[in-house]
Amino acid sequence: MTSSVRKAASGLFAAVFALAVTGSTVAPVAAADPGVSDTEIVLGGTHPYSGPASAYGAIGKGIAAYFSYVNDHGGVYGRKIKYIDKDDGYSPPQAVQLVHQMVEQDHVFAIFDTLGTAVNTALRPYLNQNGVPQLFVATGASTWGHDYQKFPWTIGWQPDYQAEAILYAQDILRDHPKAKIGVLYQNDDYGEDYNNGFKRGLGSHQNMIVKMASYETSDPSVGSQIATLKASGADTLMIFATPKFAIQAMVLTAQQSWHPTIYLNNVSNAIPYMQAAAKAGGQAAVNGVITTYYLKDPANHARYGGDAGMKLYNEIMAKYLPAADKDDGNFLYGVSIAYTMVDVLKRAGKDLTRKKVMDVATNLVEKDNPLVYPGVVIRTSSKFRYPITQMIAAKWLGSDWSPTGVLVDTRSITMAEK
Amino acid sequence: MVILAVLPWLVPSFLVFDFIYVGAYAIAILGLVILTGMNGQISLGHGAFMALGGYVVAILAHSLGWPYWVGVPLAAVASGVAGLFIGLVALRLAGVYLALATFSLAVATPSFLKHYKSITGGFGGMSLAPVQAPAGVPLDGQHWLYYVTWAVAGALFLISALMVRGKFGRALRALRDNPIAAVSFGVNPYFYKTLAFGWSAVLAGIAGGFLAIPTAFVSPDTFTSALSITLLIGAVLGGISTFWGALVGGILVEFLPLVAQQVNAAAPSVVYGVALILVMLFVPDGIVGGVLRSIRRFSPAPPQPALETSTTPSPTPITVSPQPRE
Amino acid sequence: MHDLIQQIVSGLATGSIFASLALALVLIYRAMGIINFAQGEMAMFSTFIAWQLAQMGMPLWLAFAVTVVISFGGGVLLERIVIRPVERADQLTVVIVTLGLFIAFNGLAGLFWGYIVKDFPTPFPTTPLQIGGVAFSAQDVGVIVVSIVTLGLISLFFQKTKLGLAMRAAALYPEQSRVLGIRVGWMLALGWGLAAAVGAISGIMIAPIVFLDPNMMQSVIVYAFAAAVLGGIESPIGAVVGGLVLGVVINLLGTYVEWIGNELRLAAALAIIVIVLVVRPAGLFGRVTVQRV
Repeated sequence: MTSSVRKAASGLFAAVFALAVTGSTVAPVAAADPGVSDTEIVLGGTHPYSGPASAYGAIGKGIAAYFSYVNDHGGVYGRKIKYIDKDDGYSPPQAVQLVHQMVEQDHVFAIFDTLGTAVNTALRPYLNQNGVPQLFVATGASTWGHDYQKFPWTIGWQPDYQAEAILYAQDILRDHPKAKIGVLYQNDDYGEDYNNGFKRGLGSHQNMIVKMASYETSDPSVGSQIATLKASGADTLMIFATPKFAIQAMVLTAQQSWHPTIYLNNVSNAIPYMQAAAKAGGQAAVNGVITTYYLKDPANHARYGGDAGMKLYNEIMAKYLPAADKDDGNFLYGVSIAYTMVDVLKRAGKDLTRKKVMDVATNLVEKDNPLVYPGVVIRTSSKFRYPITQMIAAKWLGSDWSPTGVLVDTRSITMAEK
Repeated sequence: MVILAVLPWLVPSFLVFDFIYVGAYAIAILGLVILTGMNGQISLGHGAFMALGGYVVAILAHSLGWPYWVGVPLAAVASGVAGLFIGLVALRLAGVYLALATFSLAVATPSFLKHYKSITGGFGGMSLAPVQAPAGVPLDGQHWLYYVTWAVAGALFLISALMVRGKFGRALRALRDNPIAAVSFGVNPYFYKTLAFGWSAVLAGIAGGFLAIPTAFVSPDTFTSALSITLLIGAVLGGISTFWGALVGGILVEFLPLVAQQVNAAAPSVVYGVALILVMLFVPDGIVGGVLRSIRRFSPAPPQPALETSTTPSPTPITVSPQPRE
Repeated sequence: MHDLIQQIVSGLATGSIFASLALALVLIYRAMGIINFAQGEMAMFSTFIAWQLAQMGMPLWLAFAVTVVISFGGGVLLERIVIRPVERADQLTVVIVTLGLFIAFNGLAGLFWGYIVKDFPTPFPTTPLQIGGVAFSAQDVGVIVVSIVTLGLISLFFQKTKLGLAMRAAALYPEQSRVLGIRVGWMLALGWGLAAAVGAISGIMIAPIVFLDPNMMQSVIVYAFAAAVLGGIESPIGAVVGGLVLGVVINLLGTYVEWIGNELRLAAALAIIVIVLVVRPAGLFGRVTVQRV
C-alpha cells in the first residue's frame, strides 16, 4: 500500500512538473486573455443533464448545435468555438467545482449560459474576482441586471421575471380593474421574483389579490392549491409555475369547473404544453389564457412556416441534433442565446479580450437575432444590463397564441425599479 | 514534505480545489463507514447532517461574522446533538426501516431550510466570504483551505481509528456480530449504538462545513436527498467496512460524475447507474473491500482486518490525497 | 364546509396516486423483504412504453395491456439478472442496487424520450364532474377504482390460486418451501414481475394527472413510501388505505394548519413515516410478523 502510494505520489510529481513546464511554454504566446488562440475560442458552461431540472439540458445542446453550425461556416474570424459544457445536476457545489476546473485547467475565455439562479449565485463571486466574464446566464432573476456594480463581469439575457409580472399587473389594472386575483406560485426564488414584480405592478391595488397559494416542486399535484384558490372567490388566476405544474393548474381549474381569467408565465407557455393541457382538460382549460412572449415558438408551425429565422433553426436542428424534438422551445432558446454570444464575439473584433467582450456585451444593440420574437431588440448599456426587455402579450384562441397589441418594452419600468 | 512545500506553485489549482471536496466527502463517508459498516445501521440521510453543519458555519459567518474556525467546531456540536437524538430514535428501527426513516430526513431537509428563511436565507441561500490564509502564511486561500481540510480529515480519521480500536469499537463489533452474547457480557447496546450515530453525525456536520466553505455558498439545492444517496453510494463503492473505503469513496463521489460524463455525455446517469449495479454484482464489498479480500483470501481471517488497515498511519494529505488524479 | 369537502375529495384523488404506487412497493416487500427504491422509476419507464405504443397508433386499452405484460416480463428479467446475484447479500447491497436501477432508468427514459412534459392519453372522459358543488374528475374516480380492483385481484391471487399461495410460502418460509418442491427463486422473480406490472398500471393511471416526464414519479415515490409505511408495509390493503388517508391528511394539514402550509406538507408526510415506524412499525393494517433474516 505504502509503496504504491509513494509511486503514485512521484507519478503525480512528474505529471505536475510536466504541466508546469507546458504551462510556461504556452504562456508567452497569448498576450491576450486565456482561452483565445489563433484557431480557437474556448467557452465553458454547465447545464443540468441529470437530476430534477434535466429538461433544461436541451438548452446546452441547442447552444452546442449553433456553435457547430458557426464553426462549419468559418467560425469567428477563423477561430472555432470550443464549448466545454458539463453536467452540474443543478447542484451549486458541483457547478462551482466544474467552473473552477474550466477556468483553471481548461483556461476558458468566458463562462457562458450557466443555468439556474442558485448555481449562478454561487458562481458569481468567484468569476468576478478572477475577471472571467459570466455571460448571459440562463435565469430570469433580476439580480443579474440589478447588481452589476458589485459584479461587473456578470450579465443575464432573458427578460427578468419581475418585469414580466409587472406587465401582467398592468394588463389587469387596465382590462380587469375589478378583478379578484388568486396567485399560484412556485415556492422558491423564481416564484418570489414573480410575486414581487406582480405586487409592485399592482402598486396601491395589492388588495386585489385575495389569495396566494404556493406549491413545492416535490408536490405530485397542485389539486389542493387550486381548490383553495377557487374557494377564495378569485376570478383571475396567476400561474407563476414551471411547465408541469402550470399544465396541471390549467387542467385542474377546468376539472373543478372554475373559469377564472388565467395569466400564464412565459416559462410554461410553449405550445406543446398548451396542447397537453387542452387534451387533458378540454378546450375550457386553455381558452383565453393570457401570456407573454419574447422568443419564437418552434412548435408554432403555422405562424413561422415561412420564417427565415425558423428555417435556420430547423436546418441547424436537422443537421446537428437530428434525433431531438425540435418543437421543444429549450433548444430554440439555446440557439438564440448562442447567436447573441457569437454576435458579441464578432463585434469584439479580432483582438479578443475579456474586457472587450464585456464592453460589447454591455453596449449592445442586436436587432437581427433570428429567433427572438419579430421586433425584439437585444439592447444593453453600461448602466442598463437587462438584454431583453421587450415582450408581447398573447391570448390562446383555439389552437394557437394570438398576439394582442404590440411589443411592450419594460425598460422604463425596470429602470424605475432602481 | 518537499512536495507538500512546492505543491501550491506546481499543481493546477483546480486539482487542489477538487481535493478540498474529496476531503469533505471522505469525512462524511467516514461517518457512514462507522455507522453503517461497523454498526450496521443504514443511513440515507447523512446529507441532512451535512446540511446542518454547513448551515451552522454559514449562518455564523454570514449573519454574525464569526470566523470559520469557530463555526466548524460549533457545526460539529450541533450535528452531534442532532445525531444523538436521531440515534435514539434509530434504536427502534431495524434495517430498511431505518433506511426509509433517514431517507425521509434527507428529503425533508430542503423544505425546512426554505421554511425558516429568516435564519437560513430561504431558497436564495447565503453567500460566504472566500477563505483567506492567515497573515504570515504564504499561501492563497485555496491552498490554505486544502491543507486545513486535510489536516482536519487526518485528525478525524486518527481519532476515529483510536475509538474503533478501543472499547467503543469492540462493543460495536460484538453488538453487530452477536448481539445477545454482547449484551449478556454487559455491553449496553443503546449507549454504544447511539454514540456511533452521534459521532457519525459529528463527522457529517464537519464535512458539511467543509462543503460550504470552498463553495462559498449554501442553499437548499446544495443539500438535496441526492447528496445523501451519493454519500451512501460512495461509501459502498469505496468499501464500507474500512477507513480506506471512506477515502476512496470521497474520491469516487467527487470524480465519478465527471467520468460518467466523459463516457456518455448524453446520459451520464445511465453510465453511473449501470456502473453502480455492476460493482454491486461483482465487488459487493467495494473497491477497497475487494482488494483486501483478495489479499486476505488465503490467510485465516485475522481478528479485525478492516481495523488494522484503518489504524495504519492515517491518510495524510501529503501521500494520499492527490493520488488518483494524475 | 363545502371547501373542506372539496379538500377531502382532492386529497382522495391525490391519495389514490400514492396508493397505486404503494401497492407495488408492498408487493416487493412481501416477496423478499426489501424496499425497491427504483419502483417509481420502473413504473415511469413502463408508462413511457405505453405512451410510445399509443403514439404508434395502438388502441389505448391494447397498449395498456401490452405494457403491463412487457413490464411483468421486464420485472422478472430484472430480478433474474440484477437482484438474484445479490439476493443473499446484506440489505445494504440490495438498497444500493435498487438505487442504481433508479438512476439508470431515469437516465434511460431521458435519453429515449427527452424531458419535455407530455400529456398521456386517458381512457376516461375529461368533462368535469360535480356532486353538490364538489368537483372532481373521472380520472380521479378511475384511479381509485382501478387501485381497488387491482388490490382485489392481488388478494384473490394470493389467497385462491396455487401459484399465489406458493409465492407467499416462498417469501415467508423459503427453506420449508424448497423442501415442498416450490421453486423459491422463480417465486421471487414472479414477485418482481407482479410488482412491475402493478407499477405499470399505477403509472398509466397517474400520468394523465401528473403528466409524463422522466421525473414524474420522484415526487410520488416519497409519498408512496409514506403511504406504504402508514398502512403497514406488508399489507396491500394497508397501502391503498394508507395512500388515501395520507392524501387527505396532507391536504388538510396544508390548507388548515397555518405553520405547516403548503411548504411543509412533504415534511409532514415524512414525519408520519418516522412516527409510524417508531410507534407502530406494523402500520395500520400490518401484523407483527416473525422477523426474517
